[in-house]
Amino acid sequence: MSAQAGIRSGASPGANHDVEAVAAAAVCEAREDATPAGGTQHDVRHAYALHLGDTSLVLAQRLGEWVGHAPAIEEDLALANVALDLLGQTRHLYSYAAGIEAPQADGRRRSEDDLAFLRGPDEFVNLTLVEQPNVDFGHTIVRQFLFDAWQLELLERLQFSQERALAEIAAKALKETRYHYRFSAGWVVRLGDGTQESHRRMQEALDALWRFTHELFVPNETDRAAADAAIAPDLATMRAPWLARVEQVLGEATLAKPADVDYAWHGKRRQHSEHLGRLLAEMQYMQRTYPGAQW
Amino acid sequence: MREVPTNAPQGTQAAAGIEEEVLRLLEEVPDPEIPVLSVVELGIIRYVRVEPGAAGQQRVVVGVSPTYTGCPATEVIQGAIRARLEQAGHREVRIDTVLAPAWTSDWLSESGRAKLREYGIAPPAQSVTNVRHLFRDPTVCCPRCNSARTERISEFASTPCKALYRCSACLEPFEYFKCI
Repeated sequence: MSAQAGIRSGASPGANHDVEAVAAAAVCEAREDATPAGGTQHDVRHAYALHLGDTSLVLAQRLGEWVGHAPAIEEDLALANVALDLLGQTRHLYSYAAGIEAPQADGRRRSEDDLAFLRGPDEFVNLTLVEQPNVDFGHTIVRQFLFDAWQLELLERLQFSQERALAEIAAKALKETRYHYRFSAGWVVRLGDGTQESHRRMQEALDALWRFTHELFVPNETDRAAADAAIAPDLATMRAPWLARVEQVLGEATLAKPADVDYAWHGKRRQHSEHLGRLLAEMQYMQRTYPGAQW
Repeated sequence: MREVPTNAPQGTQAAAGIEEEVLRLLEEVPDPEIPVLSVVELGIIRYVRVEPGAAGQQRVVVGVSPTYTGCPATEVIQGAIRARLEQAGHREVRIDTVLAPAWTSDWLSESGRAKLREYGIAPPAQSVTNVRHLFRDPTVCCPRCNSARTERISEFASTPCKALYRCSACLEPFEYFKCI
């Protein structure tokens, strides 16, 4: 089986196969000799799904903080809609992870809700970027833009994952992410190339958040194992196209790309900034205080 | 209308009859957010199957695709489908969530598009078969006066599937069913 055929067989049958997507697939190489033993691959799929699910959930929660507070009703709706899409993606990823994980010590199986509400900050493996506070609309948009550009590159490759369930979720989420990207990139340009004040704030946000982008492309053990098993793309191959995309928009927005830093945050290694704990405390308060509460 | 694939076990006459009946019933189940559209016209029904259920009963299985992953209407729709089928005497109903291939606005039926326009919502303006269309702004015609002089107010609107537009000719704001 050729590498191409291997990727194709993992693609969802309805995915729009256009030239870009196929080119992206070539990057997500299938390596037949590198599939780890069943048990290992099981863990990798689970860990990888949690990483993506945690990232979507934390960002959805952050965006949700804007509801009722955004600068205009249209932006209120937009941020809530993006949050909703991310929450939907989280649910699919968590359901998948819950479905393949081993039962707990008491024999009980965790549900998607357990994964969202009953894990602490030291168990979350989200990207550090998405847990950063909203600060102002500019920070929120810059954070969203940097993430959307990354997620776009990721999902275009992940839709050809050898793991069918992840490929299907990616193909579905990709359609939504294209919209998110158009929204956030549009605002980066409008505000960056806007008034003196909006430009200043956007540059400040970019300077503050750029340091967290290093982690987006530094693979950890899970990323590496997932890439080796052709479950996920090789993160290193995503940086150049991501940067090209980002630089083009920043140029249009008259914003200066900050200098790269060597230090990488490691949210996906459970080493978080101080902000995640408080976010989870608020999000999980109800289930922690009234376990099993429903409405 | 897009053909909904059916898959009768052993091709029995009875099963095929039930499948057709279920499909007719589904045409009476409205989308909770856009009630002029049935779930069939929305293009989210992927298959109807009849298989042997518990205690000699027939089990009806309906495959449903979400329009957007986080759309809160998804669960309401599944509840409405179940309720309609149970009301018609189908005691055992299973609803499968079908993610792949991902739902696309191309699957809105012709009658669905016409009903959307009548209801005041502009239907999707172009096919998404070519991915590049998603990065270009389509020409959206006003559902009231049919003018092409319209402008987008917001990429997002009251439900995940719509964007907000305004007509420069008749000055009315309207919602547009996004291409996805």
